[in-house]
Amino acid sequence: MRNLLPILTVLVALMLIWQLAVAPMNIRGALDIAERGGAEIVPEGSVDRRSVSVWRLMAQNSDHVSMGYDLDRPRLPTPTQVGQELWKTTGAMAIKGRAWSKRSLIYHSWITLQSTLWGFFLGTSLGIIGAVAIVYSRTAQLSLMPWAIISQTIPIVALAPMIIVVSSQVGVEGRGLPKAIISAYLCFFPVLVSMVKGLRAPEISQLDLLKTYDASGLQSFLKLRLPASLPFLFTSLKVGIAAALVGTIVGELPTGAISGLGARILIGDQFGTPLAIWSALFAAAILAGLLVTLLDLVQRVALRHTGAPT
Amino acid sequence: MIALLQALVFWIAAWGLNIWLSNSKWSATWPVRIAVPVIFGITLLVLWEGVVRGLGVSPVILPPPSLVAQTFAASTETLWIDFLQTVVKGALRGFMIGAVAAIICAIVIDRSAFLTRGLLPIGNFFAALPIVGVAPIMVNWFGFDWQSKAAVVVVMVFFPILVNTVQGLRSSDALQRDLVRTYAATYWQTLIKLRLPAAMPFVFNGLKIAATLALIGAIVAEYFGSPTRGMGFRISTGVGSLSIDLVWAEIAVAAMVGTGVYGLMAWIERRVTFWHPYHRE
Repeated sequence: MRNLLPILTVLVALMLIWQLAVAPMNIRGALDIAERGGAEIVPEGSVDRRSVSVWRLMAQNSDHVSMGYDLDRPRLPTPTQVGQELWKTTGAMAIKGRAWSKRSLIYHSWITLQSTLWGFFLGTSLGIIGAVAIVYSRTAQLSLMPWAIISQTIPIVALAPMIIVVSSQVGVEGRGLPKAIISAYLCFFPVLVSMVKGLRAPEISQLDLLKTYDASGLQSFLKLRLPASLPFLFTSLKVGIAAALVGTIVGELPTGAISGLGARILIGDQFGTPLAIWSALFAAAILAGLLVTLLDLVQRVALRHTGAPT
Repeated sequence: MIALLQALVFWIAAWGLNIWLSNSKWSATWPVRIAVPVIFGITLLVLWEGVVRGLGVSPVILPPPSLVAQTFAASTETLWIDFLQTVVKGALRGFMIGAVAAIICAIVIDRSAFLTRGLLPIGNFFAALPIVGVAPIMVNWFGFDWQSKAAVVVVMVFFPILVNTVQGLRSSDALQRDLVRTYAATYWQTLIKLRLPAAMPFVFNGLKIAATLALIGAIVAEYFGSPTRGMGFRISTGVGSLSIDLVWAEIAVAAMVGTGVYGLMAWIERRVTFWHPYHRE
C-alpha cells in the first residue's frame, strides 16, 4: 500500500498531460467548426491554416481553444469524454437493462472474454503438456524447445488472417475458435518456459529422497515436481492471460469481426468515431486489469494453502 | 493418398531418427543439438505438404510449402519492397526511437525513488495491455505512410523496455554500490561503470520482447491504411484476392525477420554481457 501515493501522483500527472494535450491536438478541428459557424478565425480557410503551427493558431484564436474540449469527433478526446462514453456504453445501459444489447461494451467485452478464456485454457494446457514432455524426454527437449522460441519471434498478426481463412474453410462456424487459437499461440510460450523451470526446480537431493522411498515416476511427479512448480505456474499464468487478451484483440482487429472489443476499435475506425475506439481501448485495459488481479488473488490463496513461500 | 502415406512414413522415420540421435552418446554435441530441431522442422513441412497433396486441399485455402517456395522465389522483388517499407522504415525506426526514449526515461525516473515506485506498477500494467489497438488512432494522427507505423511501434516497445531497464538499474547489489562509493565515484561514474552494465541483461530482455512487438505493431498498423506496399498491406489484400501463396511468402519473410532479429539481439547480448555468470560454461 505504500506505493499508493506515488501511483496516484503519477496517474494524476498523466491525466493532466492528457488534458493539456487536448488543446493543441484539437485546435484545427475546433477552428474549422467555428469558422463554419460564422466566427472570425485569423488565417481564414482550413487549407491556409495547415501551414501555421498549432501554437500560433492557439495564440491568435484564444477564444476558440475551449471548443476543442467539446468536439463530437475529436482527434484526441478528453479524459472526461472517454469516461462518459465508457459509462454510457456500460453502466448506463446496464441500468436500463440493456447490458446485452449490441451497442453495449459489456456484450463486446463478454465476447472477447470468452475467446480469451478459451485461448488461455488451450494455451496453458499446451504449455503444461509441452513442459512435462520437455522435462521427461530428451528428444522433446532437443526438438521442441528451439521451435517454441522461434514460434514466438513470428509475428502472429501475419498469421491471424490465414488462421481465420483456413478454419472457415475447414467448416468451423463463427470466429470464436480462430481467435482462441491466436490467443493460445501467444499464451502457451510463457507458461511453457516457466513450467520447464518449475518442474526442474526440485533439487537432486529431494528427488533422491523420493527414490529412497521407492516412489514411482508418477508419484514423484505428483508429490514433488508439480507442487514445486506452482509458484512458477501462477507467475506465468498472469503473463499468459494478458497475452491471451492481446491475442484475442489482435484476432479481432484485422479480420472484419463484428463483435468483440477489437471489432469495436475496427468499426470505430471505419465510421470515424474516435470516442468508440477510445472507450473500447479502455474497456480492454480494464478487462486486462481485472483478469490479472483475479489471478493474483487465486495465486495468493493457492500459495498460502500449499505453504509455499510467497 | 500416396503422398499422405509417404509423409506419414517420413514422419515416423524422422521421429525414430530424432529419438535415436537424442539418446545417442553424441546427444550433447552441437551437430546433434542443431540437427534434431532441424529434422523436426523439416518433418512438419513434409507433413504439411503430404496432407495438402494427399487430401487434395485447394491451394486457395492452404498452399503446400513447395508452392510457397516457388512464389517466394518468383516474387522476391515485391517481398523486398514490402520488407523495406514495413521493417526498415516502420518497425526499425519506431524501435530505435522507442528504445532510446525508454532507456533515457528509465535513467531519469531512476533518480527519484518516488517516481520509480509510482511508475513501475503503471509501466508493468501498460506493458500487459493490448496497446496494438492504438493503431487506428495513430494512422489517423500521422497519416498512411511509415510515420504512423513507427508511432505505433514506439508506443508498443516503450513500456516493456522501460520496465526492464528500471528493474535492471536497481539490480546492482549494495556491496557493489558501496565499493564504488569508497572509490568516491560520482553519480555518472557509478551509472556508466556499474549500474548500466549491470542492467544490460534486463535491458536486452526488454529489447528481445520489444523486437517481436515492433514487427506486430508495424504489420497491424498497415491493416488500417498504408501506401500500396508493405507486408501488412500485402497480407490483407492477398487474403481478399485469394493469392494465399503470396501471403504465406510474406509470413515466411516475417518469420525470418523475427528470428533473425532475435538471433542478432542474442548475439549482441552475449558480446555486451560476457561477464555475466549465465554465459560461463
